[in-house]
Amino acid sequence: MELSVIILPLVASVISGFFGRYIGDRNSEIVTSVLVSVSAIISFVIFYNVIANNYEENIVIATWINSGSLNVNWSMNIDPLSAVMLVVVTSVSSLVHIYSIGYMSHDPHKPRFMAYLSLFTFTMLMLVTSDNFIQLFFGWEGVGLCSYFLIGFWFKKETANAAAIKAFLVNRVGDLGLALGIFLIFHLFGTLNYDEVFKQIPSVAAAGVTPFLNKELIFLGLNFKAVDLICLLLFLGAMGKSAQIFLHTWLPDAMEGPTPVSALIHAATMVTAGVFLVVRCSPIYEYSELALNVITVVGMTTAIFAATVALVQTDIKKIIAYSTCSQLGYMFFATGVGAYNVAMFHLFTHAFFKALLFLGSGSVIHAFKDEQDINQMGGVWKKLPYTYVLMIVGTLALTGFPLMSGFYSKDAIIEFAYLRGNTAGYYAAGIGIFTAFLTSIYSWRLIFKTFHGNYNNRNIKIEDTHESPLVTLIPLILLAIGAIFAGFIFKDLFIGHHGLTSNYWSQSIFFLEPLSSEHPPYWIVYLTPLLVIISIPLSYYLFVKNKKITDEVVKGNQPLYKFLLNKWYFDELYEVVFVKSSKKVGIFLWKFFDLRIIDGFGPDGVSKIIKKLSIKANKFQSGHIYQYAFIMLLGFSAFLTFLIIK
Amino acid sequence: MINIGLGHYLTLGAIIFTIGVIGIFLNRKNIIVILMSIELILLAVNINLVAFSIYLNDLSGQVFTLFILTVAAAEAAIGLAIIVVYFRNSGTIRVEEINKLKG
Repeated sequence: MELSVIILPLVASVISGFFGRYIGDRNSEIVTSVLVSVSAIISFVIFYNVIANNYEENIVIATWINSGSLNVNWSMNIDPLSAVMLVVVTSVSSLVHIYSIGYMSHDPHKPRFMAYLSLFTFTMLMLVTSDNFIQLFFGWEGVGLCSYFLIGFWFKKETANAAAIKAFLVNRVGDLGLALGIFLIFHLFGTLNYDEVFKQIPSVAAAGVTPFLNKELIFLGLNFKAVDLICLLLFLGAMGKSAQIFLHTWLPDAMEGPTPVSALIHAATMVTAGVFLVVRCSPIYEYSELALNVITVVGMTTAIFAATVALVQTDIKKIIAYSTCSQLGYMFFATGVGAYNVAMFHLFTHAFFKALLFLGSGSVIHAFKDEQDINQMGGVWKKLPYTYVLMIVGTLALTGFPLMSGFYSKDAIIEFAYLRGNTAGYYAAGIGIFTAFLTSIYSWRLIFKTFHGNYNNRNIKIEDTHESPLVTLIPLILLAIGAIFAGFIFKDLFIGHHGLTSNYWSQSIFFLEPLSSEHPPYWIVYLTPLLVIISIPLSYYLFVKNKKITDEVVKGNQPLYKFLLNKWYFDELYEVVFVKSSKKVGIFLWKFFDLRIIDGFGPDGVSKIIKKLSIKANKFQSGHIYQYAFIMLLGFSAFLTFLIIK
Repeated sequence: MINIGLGHYLTLGAIIFTIGVIGIFLNRKNIIVILMSIELILLAVNINLVAFSIYLNDLSGQVFTLFILTVAAAEAAIGLAIIVVYFRNSGTIRVEEINKLKG
């Protein structure tokens, strides 16, 4: 039964992808939605089993690679960590499948879309349930591939194609790191199975002799301890997939894809794979102080960077995309301060409310007939009552309004960062609080600009905006339920009471030293929710009541505004540093090496020579009988001479 | 007094043969000349046959020659007939203009 969680999405994808044209649009939608939903229900059962019975199992499906000392199985590894991911992936995925039936109703390529969604679900499940690094890498690349397919789903749009290629290329940078990390692990440990790798690390450390963990390795001219190098390389992979600063540029552009894709892949599941990787490898990371500090710094930088950019963007999906980026930063600095379980908790709650926000924004975009600019919206909250309420729920959860899911997870991250007790921890907590405030401002800005104020769209009349159909609203409602209650219900399970750490995770997350169980100071506990609540009337005042102040601020700080609007000029910087130069190299290789040398001496050259020779040979065939006779005679005499001489 | 022997006959045959061959590919004008050259080549062979027949005291060579002459007559008739048909179709039997034997 457990296996069907993995297999059903694959079956759905095959049916819809290969036979979609025979069974029709409606049937492929139904088949994929039903199969993935069944898979979701089974994962809930598994999750319950894990909670209630400490169920853990490693089901080996097949031997994949067995070559020398490299033994890799295709397996389904169920433990507390993967059970959480199973629930997140399959539940959000099934809701997105159902939502897509409504959202993509005008699209001519529905079976293909559903097939990609199901294939993505399959590869994501392969990623989270693997028991070794190779299967993880397979899933990692699989989700990257599906992400590429889905970003470029509207392949007639040039921007969508460019965004798809960008996402793929930026991820290559990260994947190079991941691949190198995996090679290094195999080189040092001689195996790639999690269990065996993780088992070797503490025994080596405890013995005092640390032959390879402390071995100095030279990488890019710098000396690294082996364990640091492994962790940093794996983290590079995680940065690429989870859109951390420097490798984040693909995520906002990925919004070119259909909105359900943004909700599933670029908010709830795929982008959290990086966090999952770090948590999964916690037994390694715990031994690398350097890598953890790097993660903390990168995470909090991403959190605040993305939040500042989201403040000024005007595209509704890009705001939410930067918000995702920022929340991923939170998760990373949670892992950086050693609070892996809290990172997973935030991942879990974030999946619900961020998918809700994306699907809600999809509903808004639909109502405005594919308008994404929030300056072109406003004043429609009465026309879209359900979407409005659901978006508010998502926003409350995202900003961490008390008792909503984000409140528990985000505040826990800030508290644990503070309790870490070192400089990076205090710094991260401070940044975390400030980012939470920014998050709140930009989220409410989105709500107020979209639903309140004056109606600003000139293309369609306010009467023509309409609420989405039921099939798209039901997934939203279910996600909203998750967004409200997920934090409250699962808080104790994931992070435990104050003073009591949860034992749900058992072996799947490793803590070198137990997390601090002190109670954080009260000012920290109350500061964040306070800021979050204050920011609601504040942003109402700034973005609805008295817009002049906002405009004044923008006018007074043009350089800063431009800086943020252009996303800290990352794209421009990369354009100058990487894109242009590599384009030049590419064009040189194409024009000179490929066209001149390879084609010139290869296919083109040979064909030219043959053409010239055959034109010459053509002249022999004059059609004159006497010439033919002469040639025959020559040949005959040559043969005769040869025979006689011999 | 020259004693005419086998060698002389063979030389004559070779000369006639060569005239025939050269006639085929030096001739640029008339296809009938080609036909005549072919006949010349055939006659050169016949001379050889007869010469050897006398030299070896074997009659079969002369018998063969008679056969070949018969066949040659038939062949010449067919050749002329082809030329007539060709002339009717293309309106010319000038050698330079007969160059259709190519792809």
